[in-house]
Amino acid sequence: MQIDNNQLLRFTTAGSVDDGKSTLIGRLLYDSKSIFEDQLEAVESTSKQKGHVGVDLALFTDGLRDEREQGITIDVAYRYFTTPKRKFIIADTPGHIQYTRNMVTGASTANAAIILVDARHGVIEQTKRHAFIASLLHIPHVIVCINKMDLVDYSEEVYQNITGQFEDFSSKMLIPDIRFIPISALLGDNVVNRSENMDWYQGAPLLHTLETMHISSDINKVDSRFPVQTVLRPQSKEFVDYRGYAGRISSGVFRVGDEIAVLPSGFTSRIKGIDGPAGAVEEAFAPMSVSITLEDDIDISRGDMIVRANNQPEAAQDIEVMLCWLNDKPARPRAKYTIMHTSNEQKAMIREVIYKIDIETLNRKTEDTQMCMNDICKVKIRTTKPLMQDPYRENRYTGSIILIDDNTNETVAAGMIV
Amino acid sequence: MSKYYLNYLDELESEAIFVLREVWAQFQNPVILFSGGKDSIVITHLAKKAFYPAKIPFALMHVDTGHNFPETIQFRDDLIEALGVRLIVGSVQESIDEGRVAEEKGKNATRNALQITTLLDAIESNKVDCAIGGGRRDEEKARAKERFFSHRDDFGQWDPKNQRPELWNLFNGKHFEGEHFRVFPISNWTEMDVWNYILRENIQIPSLYFAHEREVILRNNSWIPNSEFLKLDEREEIVTKKIRFRTLGDITITGGIESDADTLEKIVQEVSAMRQTERGNRADDKRSETAMEDRKKQGYF
Repeated sequence: MQIDNNQLLRFTTAGSVDDGKSTLIGRLLYDSKSIFEDQLEAVESTSKQKGHVGVDLALFTDGLRDEREQGITIDVAYRYFTTPKRKFIIADTPGHIQYTRNMVTGASTANAAIILVDARHGVIEQTKRHAFIASLLHIPHVIVCINKMDLVDYSEEVYQNITGQFEDFSSKMLIPDIRFIPISALLGDNVVNRSENMDWYQGAPLLHTLETMHISSDINKVDSRFPVQTVLRPQSKEFVDYRGYAGRISSGVFRVGDEIAVLPSGFTSRIKGIDGPAGAVEEAFAPMSVSITLEDDIDISRGDMIVRANNQPEAAQDIEVMLCWLNDKPARPRAKYTIMHTSNEQKAMIREVIYKIDIETLNRKTEDTQMCMNDICKVKIRTTKPLMQDPYRENRYTGSIILIDDNTNETVAAGMIV
Repeated sequence: MSKYYLNYLDELESEAIFVLREVWAQFQNPVILFSGGKDSIVITHLAKKAFYPAKIPFALMHVDTGHNFPETIQFRDDLIEALGVRLIVGSVQESIDEGRVAEEKGKNATRNALQITTLLDAIESNKVDCAIGGGRRDEEKARAKERFFSHRDDFGQWDPKNQRPELWNLFNGKHFEGEHFRVFPISNWTEMDVWNYILRENIQIPSLYFAHEREVILRNNSWIPNSEFLKLDEREEIVTKKIRFRTLGDITITGGIESDADTLEKIVQEVSAMRQTERGNRADDKRSETAMEDRKKQGYF
């Protein structure tokens, strides 16, 4: 297989027990020949035990013991398949409201979200919730699969009605790219192979869409940001003066000779050299892991950020954040948490809950401001020192934070800087 | 005109390097769990890149079941010397001799489950707060839900229902005294990705992965290598076959496959045409449907 230009596409699927999500994933894996014989045999024998006719594709996504026993997805499960064009990572997440935090987790790294709509039921609350999460996490591409078309006689009218409903309610959301595909995951229509039952649909099947959609612009290549993870000092004879700043480029491009600034100190220098995974390079871009050397000796450590001198993020101690609460213990008002932002870590306090999103109606609630698990709120956070931050909409990796409870060390919240 | 996107193998490589550097930044005493298998060799290769031109700042920890392929041990020792890193060995034989664990009985007895105690003892006695492993999410269904940074309590146990959420590339390695983390930098790689990477980087791997003549017996549909540790019953017969191994583990339970693939190119070709998962030849996973999940909860790799 030729791998030189094959990209990696991460997508998330959200859905509940009945809308065919597991069947769709099973179908993608099965039809793209990503299922091995021993896995197939295991699923065939379980299907038989359970009295199913034929192979139950949904069983391919079965996970932990509790999930198998209850027949639901609880946690995010990752699945992999490769076609001659791309490698895919599926973040398979549960769709029910009580698992909002898992959907948010799966969405955080996704290039695309697949939202399933049951053709018989049209757009329901859950559809809106999934679209809202895709918009909140700023997933660049959304593919709405209208599933179970076989159960509505492959009707174009049903399809048109649903796409109309979706267009209407999503017009207020920030989703840059929405596509609609009528499918039957169970029978395979328009999943990998083009359906012979829907001549009226002129678009591409799902897999072809995933294989060809333009994703190389999904990462910000304009605002150059390099959070320093650690400093490499070999202290060997050969590299006696080497001080490399190691990290993964969050966004943008860095070139040897670039004039840079180190934040928060503000000192400036020029890039002397860049070492990439394959050796020295003249330029490097997101999401490469590199180490950078500078012309001048400056005191730089983990948590600092190297940026282009003429394009800097905003330093702020008071930030507004869309916060998703992930922990079963509710947020304590005005309590202190550890905030992680890129490689920077410090203490922070939630000063105010501005409003809470009613995840059923998507309305804002300003009276009830207690943050419990799965709640999504707009909050004001104050940090002890300035964060070098960008708005999440412009930069996923310098615009996101998590909060850690120092009493338990657990990750209790995830936030997107407004 | 330059392109400003990575191919998937470069992206996986950069992701793994990021995770390895994050381990170094967040933990006091991390080690790489080194089995001599291809996944831990790839991890070691990535660690070399992550800290270049400095040396790998981790020790390598090998949990030795005592039932080794001699080739694996030789390979391990050569690699340690070339890298100039420290080796820590946890010995299952010692755990048995000290009465910490008891050997399983019967023909299908293995030391697979016994490794858990040895591993946890080695982690505790060496004050290791992070053990880096080559586990991949595509290997097994319980692994599909594993985090990059996976918390273990002070008994070394994994609680799959109470895992920390992992968003973007913000990894939370905070832990209390006595707890540790398992970190899996190649979580997102598949078997095929590992092989393609080994081929691209021309990484040295033990000769056992290449097709060779070997004395084997047929057991549970796998070719198990003949060794001093193997107990045969009357009906089992030693034959010589041209085989190679897809995974390397305890010599008593690692089955080979018949193959003519004696170069990396041929192996990659063969693997891409494979219709069986690589763990399909591992007797340890065949014991029950949730065998891996159950072992992982107790502290397995």
